[in-house]
Amino acid sequence: MTENKGKVVSVNGNLVSVRFDGSVSMNEICYVNVDGKKLKSEVIRIRGDIAQIQVYEMTNGIKCGDAVDFTGDMLSAQLGPGLLGQVYDGLQNPLHVLAEQAGWFLERGIYADGLNAEKKWEFTPTAKVGDTLRAGEYFGTVPEGPFTHKIFVPFYLLGNYTLKSIADKGEYTVNETVAVLADDRGREIPVSMSFKWPVKRAVKCYSERLAPVETMETKVRLIDSFFPVAKGGTYCTPGPFGAGKTVLQHTTSKYADVDIVIIAACGERAGEVVETLTEFPELTDPKTGRSLMERTIIICNTSSMPVASREASVYTSVTLAEYYRQMGLNVLLLADSTSRWAQALREMSGRLEEIPGEEAFPAYLESYIAAFYERAGYVLLPDGSKGSVTIGGTVSPAGGNFEEPVTQATLKVVGAFHGLSRERSDARKYPAIDPLISWSKYRTVTDGAKSAFCKNILLDGNEIGAMMKVVGEEGTSISDYVVYLKSEMLDAVYLQQNSFDLTDANSTRERQCYVTDKLIKILGSEYALSEKDEARAFFNRMRQKFIDWNYEEFGSSSFAKVEGDIDAIYADGQGKTTPEAERLLKDGE
Amino acid sequence: MNKVFNKIESITGNVITVKADGVRNNELAQISTRFGKSLAQVNKIDGDTVSLQVFAGGQGVSTGDEVRFLGHEMRVSFSEDLLGRIFDGSGEPRDKGPALTENMKSIGGPSVNPTKRILANRMMRTNIPMIDMFNTLVVSQKLPIFSISGEPYNQLLARIALQAEADVIILGGMGLKYDDFLYLKEELSNGGALSKTVMFIHTASDPTVECMMIPDMVLATAEQFALQNKDVLVLLTDMTNFADAMKEIAITQEQVPSNRGYPGDLYSQLASRYEKAVDFDDSGSVTVLAVTTMPGDDVTHPVPDNTGYITEGQYYLKGGRIEPFGSLSRLKQNVNGKTRKDHRALMDNMIRMYSSYKETIEKKNMGFAMSRWDEKLLRYGKLFEDKLMDLSVNLTLEEALDLGWEILAECFEKDETGIKSDLTDEFWPDK
Repeated sequence: MTENKGKVVSVNGNLVSVRFDGSVSMNEICYVNVDGKKLKSEVIRIRGDIAQIQVYEMTNGIKCGDAVDFTGDMLSAQLGPGLLGQVYDGLQNPLHVLAEQAGWFLERGIYADGLNAEKKWEFTPTAKVGDTLRAGEYFGTVPEGPFTHKIFVPFYLLGNYTLKSIADKGEYTVNETVAVLADDRGREIPVSMSFKWPVKRAVKCYSERLAPVETMETKVRLIDSFFPVAKGGTYCTPGPFGAGKTVLQHTTSKYADVDIVIIAACGERAGEVVETLTEFPELTDPKTGRSLMERTIIICNTSSMPVASREASVYTSVTLAEYYRQMGLNVLLLADSTSRWAQALREMSGRLEEIPGEEAFPAYLESYIAAFYERAGYVLLPDGSKGSVTIGGTVSPAGGNFEEPVTQATLKVVGAFHGLSRERSDARKYPAIDPLISWSKYRTVTDGAKSAFCKNILLDGNEIGAMMKVVGEEGTSISDYVVYLKSEMLDAVYLQQNSFDLTDANSTRERQCYVTDKLIKILGSEYALSEKDEARAFFNRMRQKFIDWNYEEFGSSSFAKVEGDIDAIYADGQGKTTPEAERLLKDGE
Repeated sequence: MNKVFNKIESITGNVITVKADGVRNNELAQISTRFGKSLAQVNKIDGDTVSLQVFAGGQGVSTGDEVRFLGHEMRVSFSEDLLGRIFDGSGEPRDKGPALTENMKSIGGPSVNPTKRILANRMMRTNIPMIDMFNTLVVSQKLPIFSISGEPYNQLLARIALQAEADVIILGGMGLKYDDFLYLKEELSNGGALSKTVMFIHTASDPTVECMMIPDMVLATAEQFALQNKDVLVLLTDMTNFADAMKEIAITQEQVPSNRGYPGDLYSQLASRYEKAVDFDDSGSVTVLAVTTMPGDDVTHPVPDNTGYITEGQYYLKGGRIEPFGSLSRLKQNVNGKTRKDHRALMDNMIRMYSSYKETIEKKNMGFAMSRWDEKLLRYGKLFEDKLMDLSVNLTLEEALDLGWEILAECFEKDETGIKSDLTDEFWPDK
């Protein structure tokens, strides 16, 4: 806290203008004193001796002349052991602690530390006195749930430091000094197991940023096989309301093949957070066998919480993600929904009376969205290990129209686009990702050529389906009709997935590869079918069996049995693979 | 203590500015005009220039009128005495009862800590089969009733108010036609529900600013009852008028509009009201049903569109019925597995059959020949619409499920329904 003070001169919604003396920096945190409470705020514009600040709380009761204390610090997150399993608001206040202090409601002016100051952690030193260390290198570890949590030289220290002393193995709190560093002039800096980092600055303590090449399995077939996401990559999921954006993210957060999941519930329903809170502690992480909550952090700034901290919540989330990446872990950040964040920017921009861009969004919308997604990445760390932050954001376009500014700005910067469609969700197809408009720049879990082969069947089938609506079934040739049936079957047995069924919802890479080969054999074959009714009956039978197959555990005896049934139906239809399918299947071996 | 100022600088629409100091944001003031006294609320302070929105409107306000700041925000009195009473958008009695001034509570308070909420898991019965059976209303759910002007949405609200299993009902009217207000009052008193009801009513002829106060007053009152361990049902009609009132004030204050003239914070404004729906972990609950009329039956209009992103589904009122396809209760899965074991299967299959019926109707209208199966579907659709969908039908869930089986048995054979055989064996009515 600096001695710098100011006085309120105007109030407009959550934008307050303050006359200050001394110096004030952009994005500095300050507190407005109202009725004995201090309301956290951030400087967002400075003109002459007037600073305009956005208040992270409701501004009722503020009057001209109210005192403002400047802190000199930017909005920061506290980083250290104990973040996992927490439920925070957008400013990293643990909600359970707030509930103990304030009861039912989120009363303004009540803040709590992000990390528990009392809890002791088992510290093991890994560096020796005399070692040279840089920011982002570690000198000790503590066990945190299933992970080895590394204790870093704070990211804000520039240059090289010599380790002067280090604590012995033992139990310490996050604020106790565990090491002393000396800079090149011999000045000593005590460090503890936690430190603060300004959330709006990206953490760049890595050696090199690598291209995202490894696919992140989500266990959703439609995504992994056709529109995959890479570890360290970015993707977005726009869709109208009710299309299942949140359900899809919820499933991803359970099954994704990553170490840590950070859920940023940004401006969405509180009920959905409650659902996660109720459900996750009961579920087990398939990778570690421990509670799913132990690998999860929830940052929730639901729609009725103050707008300014909604903006902060996405930055807080990505900062925590970057911190765990520094330990060589793969982190997935799910932001739901980035549109609400953009709307928070729009509200502030309107109050600042900036010249509005399209649909009144500020002109800097695109660069802010780009900067946020650019904080994802697959990196090589100083100790030679690799870590990643993958960002998946939902977008809630007004009226379900993808032409709006937030969707368009997001599409420019992400590596994969999963567009949800109203038609598919109305037809109760889950996931409602529309294969005709979605795309991905990453590598599929199966094989690019096979994936393209299947997509072509979908495209052809869709065209034939559209034509059939005009000319009717009678006017369609039997060969076209069979292509149509094949695309319908592909949709029903592979694109759609039952998120409630434990086996079907969790489709691994091996399974997807295996099943895709079987599909290519079936879809890439010609059959002795001369009548449409006969063709329809054949594919209905095949489809039914295939759906049954999806519910059988991979590699089990019943899996093999149903596969035998599928082969029997195939033989029954006198299937003969086309040369193209033949070639694809051979390449795969 | 109260400060009085009489230097009104400007009057634009319903917003006036006054030179004053020591005024707090959102504070209330009383302005005395030649037409009487009106409340006004501070919504912007710039140095010593204070903007206020005048509840009674700017008409007739003179630059020499007196503005007295009251030193507190908008509040409502809370006690059991509220029950049976009717108030306007300033909190003044609209009936002949006395004004209530004790135990004043601020409106528009902070939001509930998500960790103090519990997962919605109790059904709220309404005895309307299209709700109970097909899109179950769940305690603490927030649901809009999407409707075109002219649909009987107020009739529906009145029936829900009379029949729903709630301890307290709080009705908020915004831009209500006077006839509709009389109708709702009449219905509730005839049905004997007035004694557990509180009404906050803004009619179409009342000043716009008062319209904006209604949801906050309703929800603040509801929250207080919920904290006393009551299950409260909040009925709002019509939220589109509320949004339009916000639009009017925003434009008057020269805010940059975002979409079709609505202010950029429309989503946050609506959400902060709807999110008051809650089931407290150790106390009562608030459930919200809000009529949202869709201008031109357009669900992509900013008001229904933003609402859809906030609420947990919607009831879609069309042609005097709750439309089974457009309607959705997102929380029904939380409760309909615990009612009766045939509930889910019957719900899914009856809707599926009804959708086949709709296809058949289309085929019939295009002049295709009707097969025997089509005839069965036609018969089924007619029975379904008359016996279950009609808004006047009043049945408990169990009666509705039994009736569902009867309708199926009247039209189909057991194996034509697609329902698992252990259920048909148990529930299929004997002829």
